[in-house]
Amino acid sequence: MEKPFLEIDGLSKVYPSPEGGDPLVVFENVNFDINKGEFVCIIGHSGCGKSTIMNVLAGLDTATHGAVTMDNTEVAGPSLDRGVVFQNYSLLPWLSALKNVTFGVAARYPDWSRKQVLDHSYKYLEMVGLSGGAEHRKPSQLSGGMRQRVSIARAFAIQPKLLLLDEPFGALDALTRGTIQDELIRIWSGSDQTVFMITHDVDEAILLADRILLMTNGPYARVAESVVIDIPRPRERATIIHNDGYYKIRNHLVDFLARRSKDMAGKEDIVPGQRIEPLEVNPAKDGGVISEETPKKTPQLVPVAS
Amino acid sequence: MTKSLNFRAALLSLALLIAGLGIWEASTPVIKAASEMTEYEKLMGGADQEARVPPPSAIITKAYKELSDPFYDKGPNDKGIGIQIAYSLFRVLSGYTLAALIAIPIGFLIGMSPLAYKALDPFIQILKPISPLAWMPLALFIIKDSQASAIFVIFICSIWPMLINTAFGVAGVRKDWVNVAKTHELGVFRTAFTVILPAAAPTILTGMRISISIAWLVIVAAEMLVGGTGIGYYVWNEWNNLDLTSVIFSILIIGVVGMLLDTIFAQIQRFVQYQE
Ligand SMILES: Nc1ncnc2c1ncn2[C@@H]1O[C@H](COP(=O)(O)OP(=O)(O)OP(=O)(O)O)[C@@H](O)[C@H]1O
Ligand SMILES: [Mg+2]
Repeated sequence: MEKPFLEIDGLSKVYPSPEGGDPLVVFENVNFDINKGEFVCIIGHSGCGKSTIMNVLAGLDTATHGAVTMDNTEVAGPSLDRGVVFQNYSLLPWLSALKNVTFGVAARYPDWSRKQVLDHSYKYLEMVGLSGGAEHRKPSQLSGGMRQRVSIARAFAIQPKLLLLDEPFGALDALTRGTIQDELIRIWSGSDQTVFMITHDVDEAILLADRILLMTNGPYARVAESVVIDIPRPRERATIIHNDGYYKIRNHLVDFLARRSKDMAGKEDIVPGQRIEPLEVNPAKDGGVISEETPKKTPQLVPVAS
Repeated sequence: MTKSLNFRAALLSLALLIAGLGIWEASTPVIKAASEMTEYEKLMGGADQEARVPPPSAIITKAYKELSDPFYDKGPNDKGIGIQIAYSLFRVLSGYTLAALIAIPIGFLIGMSPLAYKALDPFIQILKPISPLAWMPLALFIIKDSQASAIFVIFICSIWPMLINTAFGVAGVRKDWVNVAKTHELGVFRTAFTVILPAAAPTILTGMRISISIAWLVIVAAEMLVGGTGIGYYVWNEWNNLDLTSVIFSILIIGVVGMLLDTIFAQIQRFVQYQE
């Protein structure tokens, strides 16, 4: 059997106790796989450890236990194969928008000539709709949405195998958000890239993702469910709500956030050698899990694949 | 609106200057021409007149005379103001450059490594509060050359603000920006030069600006001690000659040069400043 592109195996993050108290177990035994070319969103309440997982995937943080494998290689540090769009844009404020992008491109393709770097950077800036003078401005002279687009252009321009997006549209107004979501999907579908994105917005996740991972509340958070979104693409914001499965999926997600994320929270008994996969659900087909009927769904136990 | 504010401020400054000079001029007794002096005054060589603070008009005349030929050289005790300033600037810039070459790399190291910070901190804490002039006897004894000792004193006084500000600026670089460097797989040197240096540059420049101001303050005192040349020596020498007009004139020149140095660094600072 072919191994998945990205494997997250038994990941946990423990912060030592402040003084005397118990250590803080942010999340424990997090397992999930992502296939090549997949667009996966992760949803969970604030503080459950989404950003921490993303930082581990990026190689910027280390997990207390467990391992991340990408393309059969263990992730041991940051790499240009994994592009990150940080929650707060993280543009270098002393460089113009264009220079922020060429910064990434020059690092990715050190052998390229100045002109190649420039052309490539312009291509991606145009893709996110930033040209005609705005690219020469410093981040402080750009609007939040424009900064976000520069950040996306920088990440896409290095053409990473895996894109990690941490609440990339969090601070944007609905209109800008929609435009950039469309741009993101357009760029992603024209490539063979894999996307892992954190979001708080259920509708955004349904619009964009192939699969949505749901995290229970921390501490001892887990990835409890993997919700398949098989609404055909291209998806349109205006028409997707008329899709038969849309509200089933939406209700399932909202119910998880409102109830089950809390009900399922807390420490789990871990059987050594057992990998607890997130429960795979397809609400559009089977109606999903609603908490009135099944207050606590036992996770599936799957033996570790050898 | 701002233009008119600037204009009014300039007008007010000018008015204050004129008023100040006017009061000063009026409160200084006119120095009588020799023909008007009594026999007794002539006998005293007009000494009691000389000892008075000269009026601004005398200083302006002096300034005009000095500045129209700033680079004359008539022996060790009679050099133009331009030459003296040049000596002082040379010392300040040599000591300062040397200090920058050492303080900025070490500050970088301290800022990047908590270990280096902890290890070097006690030394910095003890050495920093020492008045630069306290080093002078030791410097003279070890270096044996007054010129080099003056440069050393400048070096020692400019090193601390640059060192501390560089360390502070480097340590305070936002983690997000360092993460950007990491995710782009930049090496240590690329990270230092393309991310940390520009990020810390405003803080480093603040330290450099403080240092140059302190260096200019200290050079006057240092030159009074070592003698020979320089604006500090010039002030002291004119005081010994009881030429108060020259003393006041050189005080003003010291102020103007200090202001110019500060303006240059302010410009550089503006150049590296960024808005978050
Ligand atoms: N250095 C640290 N020391 C102790 N606890 C930490 C530290 N950093 C993060 N945490 C804890 O780890 C948990 C997860 O943080 P994380 O930023 O991953 O949350 P998140 O899911 O991204 O939340 P949000 O949706 O608000 O961004 C939080 O409860 C936080 O208190
Ligand atoms: Mg977060």
